[in-house]
Amino acid sequence: MTLGLLGRKMGMTQIYDDKGLAVPVTILELGPCTVLQVRTKERDGYEALQLGFADKPRRLAIRAERGHVARIESKRNKARQAGGATLEPKANCEPKRYIREFRLAEPASQKVGENLTVNLFENVAAVDVIGTTKGRGTTGVMKRHNFGGLGASHGVKRHHRAAGSQSGHATDRGNSGKKKKGKRMAGRYGNERVTVKNLKVVKVDPENNLLLVRGAVPGFSTNFLMVRPTNKRRKTIIYQSAPSKKAKK
Amino acid sequence: MTKSTANGQSKRGAVLALVEEKYRKPAKELKPFEIGDQVEVHQRIQEGSKERIQIFSGTVIARRGSGTREYFTVRRIVQGEGVERKFPLHSPKLARIVVKRSGRVRRAKLYYLRDRVGKATRLREGRKVIVEVLGDEGAKSTKAKQS
Repeated sequence: MTLGLLGRKMGMTQIYDDKGLAVPVTILELGPCTVLQVRTKERDGYEALQLGFADKPRRLAIRAERGHVARIESKRNKARQAGGATLEPKANCEPKRYIREFRLAEPASQKVGENLTVNLFENVAAVDVIGTTKGRGTTGVMKRHNFGGLGASHGVKRHHRAAGSQSGHATDRGNSGKKKKGKRMAGRYGNERVTVKNLKVVKVDPENNLLLVRGAVPGFSTNFLMVRPTNKRRKTIIYQSAPSKKAKK
Repeated sequence: MTKSTANGQSKRGAVLALVEEKYRKPAKELKPFEIGDQVEVHQRIQEGSKERIQIFSGTVIARRGSGTREYFTVRRIVQGEGVERKFPLHSPKLARIVVKRSGRVRRAKLYYLRDRVGKATRLREGRKVIVEVLGDEGAKSTKAKQS
C-alpha cells in the first residue's frame, strides 16, 4: 500500500563498495512517471495512483490511449460540457507505454499530471520489484518444479528427467487411481508476474533517473517493472552505504 | 525499436557504461600490461584494523570480461604445483601491478602453459620498453623494498 514507481531493467553489472568488495547490482531506470489518474474511495472504491512510464509515439497509440492522457475534441465531451458535467482532469502528456496503479492506504496528495522521480527512493533502504519473468515455453518438471529426476544409471533407461509416479491406486481421491488436483507436471514455465522482495538499495542517482539494487530482478533487460519500498524489515544489513533504515521509519 | 528517448534499448549500453565509469580505474593505468607478461600483483589484505600488501607474482595467462567485471588470471609454480589466481582488474584491493618482464605470445589465452613443466613454461622476451609500475598507491613503500 505504498507508492512506488515504474521503470525498466537496464542490466546487471558489478561495482565496488567502500570496503573494496564487489557488489552485484541491477541497474533500474525509474521514472519520471506521470500521474495519469487519481483513484478515490468515493468514485472508484479504493485509493490509488495510476502512473505512466515511457512515451509511446502518437501514431502507434490508439485513440483511447491518446484520450486517456490528453483531452481530445469529441462530440460527447462537448455535449457533456454543455450539460454542465465537470470533465476529468488530464495529464496532458504523450501516450504512455507502461501504465500501472499503486494502491494507497491514504488519499493521494499528488495531482494528475504531476511527475514523480526516483527521488522517491532517497531514504529507502530496500525495495520490492515486480515484473514478468522470462518465458521458457514448455519445460519438464526438473526445470519447472525442481524435481530431482530419476537416476543417471543403475539400469535407468530413457527416463532420466522423468517426473516419476503421478499417483497410485489409493490416493486422496478415493480408490479411483485419479491424480491429485494440482499435481505438478511439465508445461509452460515463465512469463508470469513475480515479486522479488527486499532488494537492498545500493545507490540512487536522480540525475540519470537510476536506481541500483543488489541482486537480480525478474525478466530480460529493458523489461518493464514496478518498484516500491519494501514492507519487509531487513534482518541483517550486510553493508550499508545508503541512508539507514531508521530514516525510512 | 527506435532511438526515441523513452526507449531504453538504444541507451542500455550507455547507461551501463555510465554506472561503471566511477568504479573503473583510469585506462592509462591499465593499458600496458598484456598476456604473457611476468607481473607482480600487489594486493591489499585487511588484518583486523591493519592493512598490509601481499604480492603474488607469475605470468598473466588470460584476461576476461569487460567493464568493471574484467579480471585477469595469473599463473605461477609453487613447490612444483601450478597455482592460478584470478584478480578483478578494477578492484580497489589491487594496490598495483608491476610488470617485471614482457613475454612474446601469439594467443590471447595461454592455457597451454598448464600442460607444460619446467623449462617449457618459459616465454620469449617481448617488447623492449616495459612500463614498470601501474597504479600509484603504495608505490613508495614497495619501491623502497625492491631497491
